[in-house]
Amino acid sequence: MVCGPVRGVFPAYRRGMPRSPSSPAFWRSPLRGPWFTSVLGVVLLGGITVLFVTGLLSYAAYNPDLSPVNDMTPDKGLLGFYLFSWPTDPSWLYRLTQGVHVTLGIVLIPVLLAKLWSVVPKLFTLPPARSLAHALERISLLLLVGGALFEFTTGVLNVQLDYVFPGSFYPLHFYGAWVFFAAFVAHAVLRVPMAVRTLRRMKDERHPGDERHRDEEGGELVAPDPAPPTVSRRGALGFVGGGSLLLFATTAGHSFDGPLRETALLAPHGGAEPGSGPAGFQINKTAASRGISASETSGEAWRLVVEGPRRTVRLSRAELLRLPLHSSALPIACVEGWSTSDQWWRGVRLRDLAALVGYEEGAAPDVLVESLQRHGAFRRAALRDNQVRDPRSLLALFVNGEDLTPDHGYPARIIVPAAPGVLNTKWVARMTFGDL
Amino acid sequence: MRRPFGKPALGSPLHILLFACSFALAGYAAVRLLGDDWFEVALWFVGLAVLHDLVLVPLYAGADRAVTGALDGVGHREWTVYVRVPAALSALLLLVWFPLISGQVADHYRSATVLSGDDFLSRWLLITAVLFGGSALLLVRRLRRLRRATKERPPVAH
Repeated sequence: MVCGPVRGVFPAYRRGMPRSPSSPAFWRSPLRGPWFTSVLGVVLLGGITVLFVTGLLSYAAYNPDLSPVNDMTPDKGLLGFYLFSWPTDPSWLYRLTQGVHVTLGIVLIPVLLAKLWSVVPKLFTLPPARSLAHALERISLLLLVGGALFEFTTGVLNVQLDYVFPGSFYPLHFYGAWVFFAAFVAHAVLRVPMAVRTLRRMKDERHPGDERHRDEEGGELVAPDPAPPTVSRRGALGFVGGGSLLLFATTAGHSFDGPLRETALLAPHGGAEPGSGPAGFQINKTAASRGISASETSGEAWRLVVEGPRRTVRLSRAELLRLPLHSSALPIACVEGWSTSDQWWRGVRLRDLAALVGYEEGAAPDVLVESLQRHGAFRRAALRDNQVRDPRSLLALFVNGEDLTPDHGYPARIIVPAAPGVLNTKWVARMTFGDL
Repeated sequence: MRRPFGKPALGSPLHILLFACSFALAGYAAVRLLGDDWFEVALWFVGLAVLHDLVLVPLYAGADRAVTGALDGVGHREWTVYVRVPAALSALLLLVWFPLISGQVADHYRSATVLSGDDFLSRWLLITAVLFGGSALLLVRRLRRLRRATKERPPVAH
């Protein structure tokens, strides 16, 4: 499929010349060229746009503007301009947006690597800058490449609980995304028209993907002295797609239960479920890892403190059980991209707890929820009034017909439709109702 | 866009404006990204680009060239794909899931999630075995077809 220029016509002395990466002849792959780069670029244009939007949605899902305890980025300034009250409908909303964010991000890794490979000769081009605009473009490319690798790397490390990056994941990934996106938009404005022209032109020609003119638009990527091909450009593209498909097949199952989850062979929450029976579903952080001991959750020791502006009540688990209990079927969905299907939760409605401390029906306010957990992010979390008022939002005491297990938050945990997992506080000790 | 030799080149004013806007937004986010630990964050940001372009790319390009060269040496350059594809796919999985496969987060992972952190290495090895095995089968099939095609080719009539 790929035909280079007629081979063997180069003067013999050129072959013996020392080559540096800044010389076009250093790069021998017959695959490089505007068609290959354009196809990958268009895929990334769509894919990264989805990643950016779902990432911004995930940021909004934490309701960072509601309370400092939800806000990992207090100095966000204008970057939080779009924030809105995260809805509770549909209950699988965060499961979908974050599942797409993480799975798509992983699937795009081969495309990103191939795209960077396809343009790597440009990194070494001399002179470093032909004009001021060109110099600015090269600086921008550092932000683009560094930003892309920074975002993908921090994301991939975070889902594997490998917190080696310098600081908290939330600010790094959020601010990094904006730095990257600023460069991404500039790059897209400059390059998308050219990529589209290239793809249109190649489509019209007899051999799509077969280009050999260095003087064509984007042709500086074409090797002037290509090595004999071992694969066609289309074959190479299929190879990249195969890499994406393999990652998809071994990851996507982490958003489902049972046999589908077992297909996610390498995803952190793939494979077999952690347990069997009603509470056998996925656990984000165990009781032991958070320092929760049986002595503080026992019937004698544990009391839930529910506080309002005028009244405070203390309830044992036995007293909670005497309040009206309701059921809701809701999933757990984590920022790490994995989720479970609906579990059957049973407990006291959050709005009924608000009523206990004096709020009339329909007037339930925000609530600050505190866990027994002594350290770690999100041991305290704030929920907005729309989340408190939803009849499916519970202080759950049971899951799938049995008492909560310690790892799922015994004696009581929050469960709110469409909220990110960490806002569904486990081992709840205190709830403070009031406008935050 | 090229200016005559000697004159200072500006390039497209529209492009300059575009990059000014882009840098303003990037700068606004960057001062927040860099924060207190600015050196280490900047090191990660730039370091990843350098690591990719100057270590990872030469490494896999060199490995690929070695495979192609070795097969070329025995006169079977067309076999490259049967080594390259399974090797690259396996390396891709290792690159993405290195913390889990290497076991460096195994203890932390187990204590947080109750899941065993020790299975990832064997799963990756199994997937790698399947990839190379499948590739070998495809190569054998192709060789058989080739042999059959040469045998069955009718003698050239004169």
